Amino acid sequence: MRLFEDPRFQTDLWNTLYFTLFFILGCLILGIILATLIDRNLKASSIFRNIYLFPMALSFVVTGAVWRWIFAPGILPNSPQGMNLLLDIVGLDLLQWKWFTSTESFLNFNVALIPVIVAAVWQMSGYTMAMYLAGLRGISQDLIEAAEVDGATGWQIFWKIKFPILRPITLSAMIILGHISLKIFDLVYAMTGSGPNNVTDMPALYMFETTFRANKYATGSAIAIIMLLLVAVVIIPYLASAFRKEKRV
Amino acid sequence: MIKKIVTYILLVVFALFFLMPIYVLLATSLKPLREVGLEKMWFLPKEPSLDGFAKAFNRLAPNLRNSFILVIPATLLSAIIGSINGYVLSKLKFRGSDLLFALVLFGMFIPYQSVLFPLIRFLQDIGLYGSLWGLILVHVVYGLPITTLIFRNYYSEVPTELIEAAGIDGAGIFRTYLKVLFPISLPGFVVVVIWQFTNIWNEFLFAVTVTSDPTKQPITVALVNLAGSQVVEWNVQMAGALLAALPTLVVYVLLGKYFLRGLLAGSVKG
Repeated sequence: MRLFEDPRFQTDLWNTLYFTLFFILGCLILGIILATLIDRNLKASSIFRNIYLFPMALSFVVTGAVWRWIFAPGILPNSPQGMNLLLDIVGLDLLQWKWFTSTESFLNFNVALIPVIVAAVWQMSGYTMAMYLAGLRGISQDLIEAAEVDGATGWQIFWKIKFPILRPITLSAMIILGHISLKIFDLVYAMTGSGPNNVTDMPALYMFETTFRANKYATGSAIAIIMLLLVAVVIIPYLASAFRKEKRV
Repeated sequence: MIKKIVTYILLVVFALFFLMPIYVLLATSLKPLREVGLEKMWFLPKEPSLDGFAKAFNRLAPNLRNSFILVIPATLLSAIIGSINGYVLSKLKFRGSDLLFALVLFGMFIPYQSVLFPLIRFLQDIGLYGSLWGLILVHVVYGLPITTLIFRNYYSEVPTELIEAAGIDGAGIFRTYLKVLFPISLPGFVVVVIWQFTNIWNEFLFAVTVTSDPTKQPITVALVNLAGSQVVEWNVQMAGALLAALPTLVVYVLLGKYFLRGLLAGSVKG
């Protein structure tokens, strides 16, 4: 297996690991916050729900094109662009950096991935919100009222009642998001490409280049098979347990 | 009361985050080229102009057409076949039908990359490589897991007695489907069609690998090529991105409720 000795592929695996981790965390946290806010059922909450969900209707390619421009760093410090320019306007120059063109890394985490993660969370967190919202709406109001009568605070109700009920949804969401992030391609390809020193490279990009740009079919197929195995490890136990549950009902 | 105000503030702050790229998209695409300069990217256009849209439309119109030619038959075919699959897998149980269903579902999660190379060899063998028809075939097949899943869940709500009664009246398997199930399938079809339309319209990897001739490529591929081309006319690019997003956005705005159902069905629970 020479592939695993290939520095570019090693970078890809680290990138996938960190991207998956932060992408899932971001979507789950933002998703549950949004769902909780919307579940308070204020006026116009359905408008907000539609706003949070609409990126799901867009193509990753469109998302990539827009966020590429937003995060294009420009030439620092004299002619900042995009987000850097916005920071300049509001006087937060301190926070300016090279975004997805940065080559710095901590513990093998390439910080250039941060803008890509932001874009991906922007697109997919509406999805986790919708899943959580469906879960929250399913919780019986009697249960909440009973807890309130017993003097439980909002936080206690959330952590002791809602959170445990939402646990299977969290698991489903993690698996769906996980398999999306393991094979992520369109977004990165349209937004940053591989980046300097492959800081934003992913296995899917490497596979695409070796197979369709360099005609190295063997390497390309090897990467593709590793991707399939990674996804299978995540998905098969999930499908198996989903079926067992269905049988029991 | 305070809780209410805080909730609204938070809702609005998050809404700004979600709408910010759309603002950039709109503001930039409506600017004439001389206003596009970097230092003004966060401002509204002073003299709105449709130049960007005109240029983008000029370049992307053939690809938009391709996308429609691709999406419409692929969506309808995968919906119809999925509905028949759903009928068989929910009402005509046979030995191993559950296992078959599980395998079909796994198909939903297979990374496109891992089938890409054999897929292209296959398309070359049957002479469809490089054509929109080849791409339609790919999307029909790859769409079947989700369409089958949605219809199977939908039909499992239909009382089995209805099917059995039709059988007693002498209707065969296909007649039963056509006379009993198909007429009540409209809600299922709406969900499936919207879901497939959105997914196929937005898909990029199959599109870029199966069609290499620029005149045959769908909009997503053309958009990426536009971004990679010589001079960076950001207004044209953003207008192009907006054009590419428009059909699915319109569907979402008009029929969001059904879109949501497709979305939730994808998480297997149904």
